[in-house]
Amino acid sequence: MLNAVLRKSFSKSACRRFASSTSLSSENHYDIIVAGGGMVGSTLACTLSKNPILSNRKILLLEASKEFNWKPTEKYSNRVVALNPNTRKLFEKIGFWKHIENVRYSPVCKIQAWDALSESMISFDSNNHVDEVAYIVENSLILYAANIENQSLHNLNIINDAKIKSCNLAIHEDEEIQVELENGASYTCELLLGCDGVNSKVREAMGVQYVGWNYKQMGLVATLNLSEDTEENRIAWQRYIPTGTIALLPLNTKQSSLVWCNTNENIKQLLKLSPEQFVDELNSALWKQYEKNDIVNQATKCLGSILKTLDAPANIMQQLPPSICSIEESSRAAFPLGFGHAANYIRKGVALVGDAAHRVHPLGGQGVNLGFGDICSLDEILGNAAYSGRKLNNLLDLRKYETARQRHNVPTMLALDGLQKLYTTDFTPVVLLRSLGLQLTHALTPVKRAIIEQASH
Amino acid sequence: MLKTVEKLIIKWKSILPNSLRSLATTTTIDERELKNFEKHSESWWDQSNEGNALHSMNFLRVPFIRDGLIDTCLVNEKYRDTAVPLTGLKILDVGCGGGYLSEPLARLGGEVVGIDASNNLVTIAREHAGKDKTLNNLTYMVSSIEDFSSKNLEIFDAVVASEVIEHVNDQSRFVNECVKCLKPDGSIFLTTINKTFLSKLFAICVAETMGIVPVGTHEYDKFIEPHILQRMLEDSNCCTRIIHGMFYNYLTNNWSWVSDTSICYATHAVKVSS
Repeated sequence: MLNAVLRKSFSKSACRRFASSTSLSSENHYDIIVAGGGMVGSTLACTLSKNPILSNRKILLLEASKEFNWKPTEKYSNRVVALNPNTRKLFEKIGFWKHIENVRYSPVCKIQAWDALSESMISFDSNNHVDEVAYIVENSLILYAANIENQSLHNLNIINDAKIKSCNLAIHEDEEIQVELENGASYTCELLLGCDGVNSKVREAMGVQYVGWNYKQMGLVATLNLSEDTEENRIAWQRYIPTGTIALLPLNTKQSSLVWCNTNENIKQLLKLSPEQFVDELNSALWKQYEKNDIVNQATKCLGSILKTLDAPANIMQQLPPSICSIEESSRAAFPLGFGHAANYIRKGVALVGDAAHRVHPLGGQGVNLGFGDICSLDEILGNAAYSGRKLNNLLDLRKYETARQRHNVPTMLALDGLQKLYTTDFTPVVLLRSLGLQLTHALTPVKRAIIEQASH
Repeated sequence: MLKTVEKLIIKWKSILPNSLRSLATTTTIDERELKNFEKHSESWWDQSNEGNALHSMNFLRVPFIRDGLIDTCLVNEKYRDTAVPLTGLKILDVGCGGGYLSEPLARLGGEVVGIDASNNLVTIAREHAGKDKTLNNLTYMVSSIEDFSSKNLEIFDAVVASEVIEHVNDQSRFVNECVKCLKPDGSIFLTTINKTFLSKLFAICVAETMGIVPVGTHEYDKFIEPHILQRMLEDSNCCTRIIHGMFYNYLTNNWSWVSDTSICYATHAVKVSS
C-alpha cells in the first residue's frame, strides 16, 4: 500500500521536473512581477530571467509607457548616466554591454572636481589613466539594449502601457500579491519588485516610512559642442559654484554632456535664454573667478606647501576644462532634484529597488549605480534562495537584501547629501574647512581609494 | 491494557542494561515527546514563532544536504546548476514535523516522502504543502520509522533526520531503521545536539528562557555525542563523511557553520555497498 502511494507520487513528479511553477493554472499568475520598466526595472527583469537558477520562473515586467522604439541616431540623447565598473560588469554578464559597445559609450579615465571659491581640487583616477573609472552612456541606449535582450527571453513577459492602479500586498503568509492596472487587468505573483521610481506605487502600498526632501534645485541637461576638437575627451569635470554644481561628462572628442544643478529660478531663466546666451552663461560659470577670501586663500596655500614638502600629490590644476562653443539644438531640459530614502526596502513578498527605495542628488553620478547595485544583490540572494529550495517571498532572504543594500546605500547617500549642503554655501569657515578637506583628501591616497571603492559598488 | 504494557516496558528499560534495551523496546517513538510536539502543532508555520530557529536552520541544512548529494555524485550532472538539482532523487524525511525541511527539498526537485509519528503534524504539513501547487512531488505519511522501513527496504537515495534523533527512544535502532531504507551508496544526513555542558546550558536553559524552543522540547539524557552517533552509523554499515558544528546567533536569527561541535552538529554518512 505504502509503496503504491510512493510510486504514484514519484511518477507524478517526473512530469513536473521542468514545468515547476510555470504550470500554475492561472495564466495571470507570475512568480515575479517587476513593476516599472525603466533602466532599473528592465535590467532587473533581464538579470533575473537570465539567472540559470531562476530560469524556470515566470516573470512579468509592467511598464507604464508605450512600447520602446528608440533607435540610436547620430545625435546624442541629452540624458546620460555615468556607470561605474561594477555596473559594466553586470551589463557584460546579462548581454547589454555588447549592444552598448556596438553603438557608443565614452570611458572616463579621470574625474576632476574643484571648488570655485578656493580653487582647491580633487581628482579621481585609477592607475594613471590606464583603467576607466566610469562610462558615460545614454539612458535611451541602456533601454535600447535591455529591449533587445528582453525580447529573446522565453520566461519574461513584458506588458507596456501598464499603469498600476493598486497593489494588494500579502497580509497572511501564503496569500498572493495582486497588482491591479488602470485598464482593469489584474495579475498575481509570489514576489513583487517595485522599480517604479521616485513616486513608487509599490512603496505607497507597502506603507513604509519615507524620508525625503526637495533640494529646491533643478538639474539642467544639454549636449554641448566643445570649442576645440580635443584629441582625448576622457575627463569628467565638476565645478562647485555657490549656486550649485556644473558637471561636464565626455561623450566623444567633440561633445560633452552637461548636468547643471542650480536653483529653480536660475534654471528657469537658463532654459529661456537663446542658445548663444546660454553658452555664454555656461562658459562664465565654468571659468568665472570668484573673489577669494583671504583667510581661505592663505590657508589653502599654506596647506599646499606643507603637502608639497611631504611629497604628497600636489594641489595644482594640471588640466583645464574644455570651453564650450555651442549647444545641440533643443537638447536643453530640466528636472527637479531631491533626496529620498525608504526606511524599509522590503515586506513579505515585496522589495523596492532603485529610485523607489532611494533618491540622491546627481552630483556624484551615483543614483543609478546604487540601483544597479541593488539588482546585483537581489539577483544573488534570490538565486541562493531558489537553489536552497526556499520560496522567493521568504522574509529572511528579503531581509538579507535590505540589510546588504542599506549598509551600502545609506552612507553613500548621506555623503552625497552632505557634499551637496557643504558646497551650496559661501560662509567663510565652511569654505575654509571644505577646501582644506578637499586638499587633504586629494593628498591622502588611501582615503581616495576608499571613496573610489565605495563608489564602484 | 496497552498503556500498562507500555508502562511495564518503561520500567524494564530502566532496569535493563543498555545493550538489552533495544530488545525490550517495541518502538522508537517516545509518547511524551509526541504529545509535546502535538501541543505546539498549531503555530508550526507561523514565521514569527518558536519555529523561527528551525526555519532559519534551513539556510544551513538544505545546502548541506544538496551539496552532500552533489559531492557523493548522486546528483545528475544535467541538473546540478539548475533550480532542481535533486531531480530524480528519492528522499525520506524522518520526523518531518510540519514539513519545514521536506518542502524545500521537494522544491529542489527531490521526490520527497516525509514521515512523522504525529497525526496532527502530518495533517498540518499536508495542508501547508497543499497551498503550494508546485509541490506535487511531496508525500506525507503518519508512520514510525520501523514500520516504514520494513516495507521500503533500500528505496531511498537519501534519508534525512534533522533534529529528530534527540527525541526518539532507542537511538541506535532508529539509525539502523533509517539506514535500512537507504540504497547502497545512499546518504544519511542527521542534525542533532551534542551531550555537553554547553549544550545543556544553551539548548535547554537559554533556548527555553529566550523562547527559542518551547519548554520541555529537549531532554539532556537524549542528547548524543558525535562519536557515539558515528559508532551507531558504523554499526549500521555507514561511513561518516563529515561532522560539522552549527552555531545559532539568536540576535540575528542566523545559523552558521563552526568547527566546534559542542552544541549542535550535522553529520553526513554514506551507506557502504556490501
